[in-house]
Amino acid sequence: MLGLGKKDLGLLAAVAALTLLAPFLLNPFPSDSSLAQFNAGYPDLMQRFVIFGIFAIGFNILFGLTGYLSFGHAAFLGVGSYAAVWMFKLLTMNVIPAIILSVIVAGLFALLIGFISLRRSGIYFAILTLAFAQMSFALAYSVLTPITNGETGLQIALDDPRILGVSATADGSIPVTHLFGLEMRATEILNLGPWQFQFSAGYYLCAAIMLAAFYLSIRIFRSPFGMMLRAVKSNQQRLYYTGLNARPYTLAAFVISGMYAGLAGGLLASMDPLAGAERMQWTASGEVVLMTILGGAGTLIGPVLGAGFIKYFENIFSKLNDNVLHGWFAFLPDGLENAVVAIIHPFVGKGWHLTLGLMFMLVVIFLPGGLVEGGQRIGRLFRRKRGSEERAAQQTPAE
Amino acid sequence: MGLLDVKDVNKRFGGLQALGDVNLSVAENSVHAIIGPNGAGKSTLLNCLVGKLIPDTGSVMFAGRSVLGRKPYEINQMGISRVFQTPEIFGDLSVFENMMIPLFAKRDGAFRMHAFEGVTQERGLIGEAEKMLDEVDMLDKRELHAGSLSRGDKRRLEMAMCLIQRPKLLLLDEPTAGMARADTNNTIELLKTIKNKRDITMCIIEHDMHVVFSLADRITVLAQGTPLVEDVPENIKGHPKVKEAYLGEAA
Amino acid sequence: MDALILQTLNGLDKGSAYALIALGLTLIFGTLGVVNFAHGALFMIGAFCAVTLQRILSASYVTIDDSRTDFLGNPMEVETPYVHAWFGESVGAGIIEWSVPLAILFSIPVMLLIGFVMERGLIKHFYKRPHADQILVTFGLAIVLQEIVKYFYGANPIPTPAPDALTGSFDFGVLLGFDPNVIIYPYWRLVYFAFAALVIGAVFSFLQFTTFGMVVRAGMADRETVGLLGINIDKRFTIMFGIAAAVAGLAGVMYAPINSPNYHMGMDFLVLSFVVVVVGGMGSLPGAVLAGFLLGILESFASMTQVINLIPGINQIIIYVVAIVVLLVRPRGLMGRKGVMEE
Repeated sequence: MLGLGKKDLGLLAAVAALTLLAPFLLNPFPSDSSLAQFNAGYPDLMQRFVIFGIFAIGFNILFGLTGYLSFGHAAFLGVGSYAAVWMFKLLTMNVIPAIILSVIVAGLFALLIGFISLRRSGIYFAILTLAFAQMSFALAYSVLTPITNGETGLQIALDDPRILGVSATADGSIPVTHLFGLEMRATEILNLGPWQFQFSAGYYLCAAIMLAAFYLSIRIFRSPFGMMLRAVKSNQQRLYYTGLNARPYTLAAFVISGMYAGLAGGLLASMDPLAGAERMQWTASGEVVLMTILGGAGTLIGPVLGAGFIKYFENIFSKLNDNVLHGWFAFLPDGLENAVVAIIHPFVGKGWHLTLGLMFMLVVIFLPGGLVEGGQRIGRLFRRKRGSEERAAQQTPAE
Repeated sequence: MGLLDVKDVNKRFGGLQALGDVNLSVAENSVHAIIGPNGAGKSTLLNCLVGKLIPDTGSVMFAGRSVLGRKPYEINQMGISRVFQTPEIFGDLSVFENMMIPLFAKRDGAFRMHAFEGVTQERGLIGEAEKMLDEVDMLDKRELHAGSLSRGDKRRLEMAMCLIQRPKLLLLDEPTAGMARADTNNTIELLKTIKNKRDITMCIIEHDMHVVFSLADRITVLAQGTPLVEDVPENIKGHPKVKEAYLGEAA
Repeated sequence: MDALILQTLNGLDKGSAYALIALGLTLIFGTLGVVNFAHGALFMIGAFCAVTLQRILSASYVTIDDSRTDFLGNPMEVETPYVHAWFGESVGAGIIEWSVPLAILFSIPVMLLIGFVMERGLIKHFYKRPHADQILVTFGLAIVLQEIVKYFYGANPIPTPAPDALTGSFDFGVLLGFDPNVIIYPYWRLVYFAFAALVIGAVFSFLQFTTFGMVVRAGMADRETVGLLGINIDKRFTIMFGIAAAVAGLAGVMYAPINSPNYHMGMDFLVLSFVVVVVGGMGSLPGAVLAGFLLGILESFASMTQVINLIPGINQIIIYVVAIVVLLVRPRGLMGRKGVMEE
């Protein structure tokens, strides 16, 4: 079905189920319990899960398949955001034209940057993409202020000349983004006992688009094109002497992954119509690299897992503070409690980046294949154990 | 005129004359060996044939068309395949996928993006790949990681990848370098079978005289970048100039 | 003309910093074959060595002076730095004032140690891993290092003044026969440039004239062969890494008065220093130095109002533009050897 093998179809179905049920799955704790802060089932965060999922899926098409490490992918995300906000300002608050424009603009931008950067590979490629992204960042802050609104960031305003739509609503406020009338911020709230579940229109739009993006990436992975990209990573010399020029393939992969990033940027702006230059900074590029390798570069599901993992921990960790920690460890004797809190303190709240950096290092050192490889290793361990138990069971009657 | 004609090719690296007035003609359907002591310019010559190097002067014609100034992938598309000294394969791909890539290259040229079709839908190509794997006795290793193969199997796989493109000319760069005698003999047999089954021209660069004399129809002896003699194997064996070149190296 | 000279001078200090960082990066890349994204963090740590020493030297004890009262009418608390108590007030004050130059001595062992630990503990295990992995793990390390510094020193820049004697400016133009007040140049920048030149000279002569340096240079050219000679190249490379770390650290120490150290200064310099290395030629030491000064000065020229009026924003991107052009036109950089990471 859908041109997928059984295994891939199962994977797609699993991801579909997870994203559709996310409002339930991510809110396992009653809203009045002390664990409620571990809930992630509110629209804003769920949207970020799937949007960065899209970003990482796209990055993985480049890095996971071809091995070209781009350190400037956030530039495409930023460009996508700007394009979407301009669409909101000039044309309509409907998100569809905005998303389409952001994908196209990011694609063209990627074509330009890729055409130049892909003339080099390895570390040179990484530095070229980094240089381009930093350049875009610097320009967005300075010269391009008429387009980007510099440090303040691009926002929609009351006097935008919206061609299809109104500049301001009847009550004089700024109109909101919508999909053919369905407001993106519209949220249904379901109260079940002490539990509260939120179903946001914006989230479901993003989730649907992510599923489509994921499906597309499976198709690309399984296609002759995907195989070519893996061949590029494996041995460019052989490819060259097999009558194939690697560059059009890598450029196509670069543009596709740039378009994914643009899509993610467009969605970010659709959920919250503003765009700032900091989205293009190289730390943002580093984050998507981390998501991809944390999940497992070159695997289908890895980037999605990695994006969810990082965004979840970013959210939870950065919210933790000493009071919360003291609450947790209150059962310990006072001295020990203070010591434990003091040890954890640097890693949470504003120290979240420290945890992020450590995770980065630990993954690269111990788990180069990411979470997916980790899962496989654990799986193999269990299978071997069970296998040996079965063998033992079989041997017993024989004795 | 042969399938491959090399005329007055010169190549200098700084002050070093790597190739000096090389003339060479490889006849269609023959096995032509190029031998010579270390530093004789064999590899430089080969690199000039496949587009990795461009000669300073001279011409290289293949099937009536010049190869000079073309990129290696363009030259491959003209019908020249190359086997490397250490097997160059796609180590991260399966043996089967290694076979599919040259088939796609042959069918689609240097670039065509099949991004949304499945590899498994290419039934015709899959059949072809399996047939070729069978010919080199590797069908049972179809799903293995190519990088995990033994050196001998890597060599076989590389040859299969070259042959499946049905090249007019197969260039072999010391195909038995670093092999034990038994493996060398296997490779000789493999090459003989390959040659018997199809119309193919081979050009072998080789150090091992045993291999050369078992396979070659004609031999060119290269020394210090210049061809000394070109003749059939029988005449090469006792040729004084050849002895001199090799003994000169030994002394 | 005077404007050109002024901009050249202005470019020198930044160029010196680029050159020093790029020199270390190149040393590490050339000898160990490792792409070190944490090198900017070493520069930053160097700057914080200056901050730390200043704080250590200013450490004080509190006494209560009953003869005076503070504005609440309580007896006045007087802080006396220990150095004042030990060496007398004037010498003590002098020591605190000269803490930045003194930090040079302080930072060398600290940076060497950090370098050794980093190489033995982490980098060593990445010699054989792909460059992408090296980039990623050192990138992670850079984040960790800067977050640690942020944790202990806060997020705000910490002013770290140079000694009073070196804080003023002098009229460089008069020396060259221009009108007074045309080319004014701060002393400290001149000091920084001279210091950088000294360090660069020291590194080069160390590599040129010692057996150790000879082996390292041979190792840069052909690692395997040197290993075959039975020379324990690994140990030497560890020391080399320490030296590279120390060079970056020294660059940081002396930069502290120019730009108040903050935790992310390393990242800002790292990206540019990498660009410098690439422009100079991966693995070429003279290339790194040359490109460092060249790009520093170019950046300074691009910041001239006349240039900005002509091409707005050029000062922000000039270095990247140069890097892109160089990489495309001459991939091995200005002075790179052929074959070193050409692709």
